[in-house]
Formats: sequence, C-alpha cells, structure tokens
Amino acid sequence: MIANFGFGALFITLLISIYGVVAAVYGVRKNAHEWIESARTAMLLTFPLLTLSSVSLIYLLVTGQYQVEYVALVSSKSMPIYLKVTALWGGQAGSLLFWAWLMAAFASAVTLRKWDRDRELLPWVIVVSLITLAFFLVMIIFFENPFELLWQSAAGITSSMFRPSGSLPYIPRDGNGLNPLLRHPGMIIHPPMLYLGFVSFVVPFAFAISALITGRTDDRWIRITRRWTLVAWLFLSLGLVLGSRWAYDVLGWGGYWAWDPVEIAAFMPWLSGTAFLHSVMIQEKRGMLKHWNMVLIILTYSLVIFGTFLTRSGVLSSVHAFAQSAIGPLFFVFIGVTFVTSLALLLHRWNELKGEGTMTSMLSREALFLLNNLLFMGILVICFWGVIFPLISELFTGQKVTVGPPFYQRATGPLFAGLLLLMGVAPLAAWRHSTAKTLGKAIWKPFLVSLLVLGVILFSGVRQPAAILGLWLSALVVLVTLYEFWRGANARHRKSGESLPLALWRLAGRNRRRYGGYIIHLGVVLMAIGIIGIEVFQSETQGTIPQGGEMRLGQYRMTYNSLAMWDTNDGRNVARAVVSVYKNDRYVGDLYPRRDYYYESQQPMTIPGVRSTVEDDFYVLLVDWQPISTQGATFKVFHNPLINWLWIGGWVFILGTMVAAWPDREKEPVRERSRTRMTSPKSSRATTV
Amino acid sequence: MEQTLKRPGAAGNRAKFFAGGLLIVAAVVYLIFSSTQLNAQYFLTVNELAAKAEGAFDRNIRVSGAVLGDSIQYDSQSLTLRFTVAHVPGSNREINEQGGLAKVLHDAVNDPSRAQIPVVYNGPMPDLLRHEAQAIMTGQLGDDGIFYAEELLLKCPTKYEEAVGDQAG
Repeated sequence: MIANFGFGALFITLLISIYGVVAAVYGVRKNAHEWIESARTAMLLTFPLLTLSSVSLIYLLVTGQYQVEYVALVSSKSMPIYLKVTALWGGQAGSLLFWAWLMAAFASAVTLRKWDRDRELLPWVIVVSLITLAFFLVMIIFFENPFELLWQSAAGITSSMFRPSGSLPYIPRDGNGLNPLLRHPGMIIHPPMLYLGFVSFVVPFAFAISALITGRTDDRWIRITRRWTLVAWLFLSLGLVLGSRWAYDVLGWGGYWAWDPVEIAAFMPWLSGTAFLHSVMIQEKRGMLKHWNMVLIILTYSLVIFGTFLTRSGVLSSVHAFAQSAIGPLFFVFIGVTFVTSLALLLHRWNELKGEGTMTSMLSREALFLLNNLLFMGILVICFWGVIFPLISELFTGQKVTVGPPFYQRATGPLFAGLLLLMGVAPLAAWRHSTAKTLGKAIWKPFLVSLLVLGVILFSGVRQPAAILGLWLSALVVLVTLYEFWRGANARHRKSGESLPLALWRLAGRNRRRYGGYIIHLGVVLMAIGIIGIEVFQSETQGTIPQGGEMRLGQYRMTYNSLAMWDTNDGRNVARAVVSVYKNDRYVGDLYPRRDYYYESQQPMTIPGVRSTVEDDFYVLLVDWQPISTQGATFKVFHNPLINWLWIGGWVFILGTMVAAWPDREKEPVRERSRTRMTSPKSSRATTV
Repeated sequence: MEQTLKRPGAAGNRAKFFAGGLLIVAAVVYLIFSSTQLNAQYFLTVNELAAKAEGAFDRNIRVSGAVLGDSIQYDSQSLTLRFTVAHVPGSNREINEQGGLAKVLHDAVNDPSRAQIPVVYNGPMPDLLRHEAQAIMTGQLGDDGIFYAEELLLKCPTKYEEAVGDQAG
C-alpha cells in the first residue's frame, strides 16, 4: 500500500514537472503571466511531493517491509534504525530517488526567492530545473524503481510494481542488509554531501541557460547564483573530504585517495566548479571572460550528471567488472543532448557576450586568475583522459590499456604545484595593472621569510625534491595569506583606532568573500601539507610477532599484548588485538586493531587502530592471528606523517567557504555597501599600488 | 592620442597571452603523453596472458580473473599470499551476454578447462578475497609462469548492490 503510494507520488511529480515545463514555455510564448506563475507553483510542489515519496520509502525501510525489493536488498532486521533510514541511499534505485528529492528541494527553494528584478529569467530557470528533474524521475519510474514489489509465480520470483497474473506476493523473512563496509558515519554523510553538491550546481546552470535564452547577457545571473555556487562547491568539497576520510578509516590500506574512476568522477565537477568560482570574479570585476564562464558552468553541469551516472551505474568504475545498467545509454543521451543544446545556445549569443575589457598585464590579477583556470582545466583534462583512456586505446589498438595512480600523480603534480604558487602570488596582484615591480614590492617580505622556512626544511633532512618544493610553496602561501590579514587589520587599526583583533574581525566581516577566500586557501595549503606528508613520507612494515614480542617502525615501537575474540549480538565476530605503542621508547598508549567478521554476509572488515597526532599517524592493521593458541599475530603498520593536516585543512576550508557564503544583510540600505567598498583594501591597493 | 597608443600595446599583449596559453597547453599535453607512456598497463585476460610468451611485456600488466577458493594459501609469517585465478571474459558486453558477473565468475571457477594462472602477492590478506571473487591484479608475469602482483583489487558480486565492491589490498 505504502509502496504504491510512494510510487504514485513519484508519478504525479513527473506529470507536474512536465506540466511545469510546458506551462512555462507557453507562458513566455503568449506572454501570459498566470501560466508562468502556474509553472512556478508546479516547481514549488515537486519538493513536498517527492518528500512524500521519500518518506514512504524510509517508512518501508524502517518497518522492514521486505516484499519491496529495494528494502530486501539494502536493509535487514538486525540493522539499527539510523542505518535503516540511511539505507535510502544505500543502493542504486534509492539513491536516485534521494538525488531527485534533493534536486526538488533546491528547485522549490529557487521558486521562493524574490523574482521582481529577474522576472524574465524565471520561466527558463523552471524549464531547465524541471527538465533535469523529469529526466531523473523517468529514470527512477521506468528503470530503477525502488518501490517494486516481489512476486512469486510458477516461473520464479519476479519484481514489478503491479501484481503479474498468476502470482502471489513474495515476502522474504529478512533482508540482505547494508554492506558492512558502508556502515560507517563517514559513509552515511558522504553520499548526501556529494549529492547536495551535485544538485546545487544545477541552479547556477539553470540561471546561465536562462540568461542565454533571454539574451540577458550581463553578469546578473552570476550575481544571483554566486551564493548557490559557493554552497554547491562547499557540499561537493565536504563530500570529497568525507569520502577520503571513510577510505582512510575503513578500507584499511593506509590511504585516502586511490584515483579510482569513481573518485575522479566526483572530482571532475569540483575542478571545473572551482575554475568557475574564480573566473566569475573576473567577469564581475572586469566584465571579461563571459564566454568562458558559460563554458565552465555548462561543463560543470554535464560533469555533475556524468558523475552521478558513473558513481551510480559503475560503468567505468572498473573496466572489467560491473554489469552495465540499463540506465547507462539514457544517461549518455541526456548528457549529450543537454551539452550540445547548451553549446548551441552559447554560440547563438556569442557576439552579445563580448567582453568589456581586455587583459592589460600578464601579472594583473585577472591574468593570474586566467592562469589558475588553465591549470584547473589541465588537471580536469588529465583526469578525463585517464578515465577514458582504456576505451580510447581499445578503440584504436584493440588492446585495452589502463593508467593507474602513478599516471595521475606524475601528470597532475606539476599543475598542483603551479596552483599552490598562484595561491601565494595572485592575492597580492592588483586588478588591471600589475607589474613585476609592484608585485615584487608586495611579496618580498613573505618571500624572504619563506626562504627561512625552506632552510629549516632542508636542515631537518628532507631530501625529496617534490616534498621540498611542495612544503616551501605551502609555507609561502601561508605567509602571504597571514601577511595579507595583518596588513588589512593593521591599516584599519591605524585608521580607526580599533584594537588589532577587532580590526581583523570587522575587516573580515566587511569583506567576507575576500577573507573567506583567504581562509579557504589556508585550508587548501594545510591539506596540501597532509597530502605531501602521506604521499612522500609514508613508511610501512609488516610482520608476525608472538605475544609480548615487538615491531619497530622509525621512532615507533609496538608490542603485542593480547588478543580476544567474541561474538556480538548484531551478528559479528570480533577479533581484537591490544598493542602498546612507544615513541622514542616512551609509552604513548594502547591501540586496538581489530577484524570484524559478519556471519550473515561472510565478510570480514578490518578496522585499524590509529594513534593520531598533528605530527603523524601510527596506523596498525590486524592482518592475521593464530586462533587456537593466540600466540602470534600478524600486523601491518603504517607511519603516516602529517596526515592529520589533511583533515584539519578540510575543516578550515569548510569554515572559509561558510564565511564567504554567509548571507550579507542585503536588504540594508545601499549606503552600507558603498562604505564597504571604500574601506576594502582591494580597491585601495588598486589605486595605491 | 591615448587610443592610438593603446592599440598596438593591446595587440602585443594578446600575442603574449596567446603564447603563454599555448605554453601551458603544450605542458599539459606533454605531461599527459609522457605519463601515459610511462604508466600504461596492458589490461589482459588470463587467456591472453597464458598465450603470450613471458617477458613479452616489459611494463606492468593488469589482469583480472576469478579466484579459486581452494587455491588460497596465506603464510602470515612472510605475508605471502598465493592463489590461482581462472579466465573470465574481458569486456562488459561479453560478461553481460554470459549472464552477468556473478554467473561468469561462478562458471569460471567450475570449468577446469579454462586457462588458469597462479598469483603471488605480498601483503595483508584482503577482506574480500574468497572463492568466486574477481581479482584485478597489477604486476608482472615472471619467467616461472607465476604472476607477481604488486597491487590487488577485489570485487565481489556479493548479494550487496554495487556501492563499494572494490578494495585495494
């Protein structure tokens, strides 16, 4: 009953979406305001309707109605309630519904904004959003329906929405349950974050396309969607960081990122989105790069759909493995059609999107932003090449050739280094005119201090060129950024007499976007330090030691104390070792690496014991043990220097994005804004430097 | 006056930007091609691997096969893992035609006439290694006919829907 209700809500949402598209187009054609308003109401309704549908599925999951095939696939009686709820995105069909639900939430939210100034964009925003939503609904209803029921007939067990003739309902006694590897907090939050990032990029895209269709080619669409884009980017970044964290905590190979095609699929829209975030600033400040921004947002949208498709259908995730899902070709058609249509629209408006300014100096901020864009695009092309290379090589040579992580590391490494350098230099460059001399004047102090840091790095015995370069660049960016904070705060302090911390607080408050951006850069640098630490300095060892025996790795010593095994009441057998860790022969604590064996799914899960400090992680895996004698056990041990900075940097990064995206009191009088502009160090530098 | 002065400057600028952009594009292209050449791995099936003479490939090979459960031996002293894999088809299309991954793997391990190849891997025993799992290995084929895997990736057509499925070992 509930299943039919949920399915019905889905179907009505599809009809309403199609109606919304038609009504919006008709309203524009006939210049009939009421039709457009009706389309707006239709879009507003999608969220409550899909909420009914999603809540139905959650209800089915929580109450364990295993006649519903999806419920039987992803949940089981023994699962705690929060896992039953989150099983909504534990499988393909449910996660597509979840995607559509989030998409509808954003679409509904868009209808609620004030449209007075942008009336002509509204119908086309509706059209683009609802077409995207309708596509996913078609996908769900006709191909990946989470409400399908199981039926038993003479021919066997089938699944369908309606009862086939001559069959009886088939109700399994229990469900399969969620894959144990997915029962981790990181995995529970990671997909929603990624999806939120994906769907919220649809909003700026919808506005961009509306601007193209209506010929409103100023930067209004960018100003409207600036915050949407930041929020989208924030969620996408969060999704990526949480995914890495999950891999580090759960997959038990001491790493955080494997350049797996599915990871890359989520990374690619982030790359183009980041390029977009930077290049829209040039359009806002200088009225340039209008074509380029359109290309970037179109590309980001296509990559979002492509990413959803890859992460869901797993077509490329391993060229050899997963069976292709029926939805694959449809996704390709949809991506192709939207991409080509968008580009055609862009070409149609090409001449109207002429830039208002030209690049005047190679070292101006806009030129450096452009360079940043090129580097991001370069990384994107490398990723894309790596993902599709097996297909290309098979097409041309008949031989399937793949590239692994070393390819990505080698090819993207120099570009990431270039980005780090740019992060240090670009904030000091002025808009329009900037020369080597003016730039040099701004940068020489932090540069000199960074040379000191370089000396310290060399003195401490680091010899790997990549690490030396990376750490030095990181130091430079940190110094430049802190110097910028100090300069701004100090200028304000002298002018207004506020105390330094207060001056800094007010300054950042008045220029949230600028200082939020700086905080984001700091976060990125901290993450870079963590990545350099684990990529360059990671060391590992492995071995079997008897009880009371010890293993050494670098400054660490580990002794194996005991091992215990027991059954839990949720169907696991836990084998847990107790080891004591000594650093420089000083006792620093006990660790409990363990392996859980899930009886029901016959799947073991290795959970590392980790001693985590800002300096390094000591990461112990219990590999094997002698169950009868419990005499000896085998461990694999990783030493991951600096890895924690990756997570700390992630938090700083998120904080910075929130600062940049925090709503201004926009309804305040215009006076407020012009004052901000006057005290902004950016414009003061443009005139003084 | 200012207008006429600006024009040639702008043109010179454009050329400079163009040259700079080209330089970066050239660098990216170089990075892609050189890295591809250095790191390309041939993706072979067990059949293809068995048919090739040893040392036919001087670079890394990627091979996938179905794990024979009885062949799994693990020496936890040296962390040496040995197992044998049987041939499975290489393309998604063939796998689908033969009834999906689970069935293909099942058939592969139960068909003694299939080509098989022994594998040696050094490291912790991966959680997902078991009978009828799909192993995707990167490494070299030794003169002794054993495949020495440096990297071991496992996929299980478990009852769980896709989602994770793979795990580096």
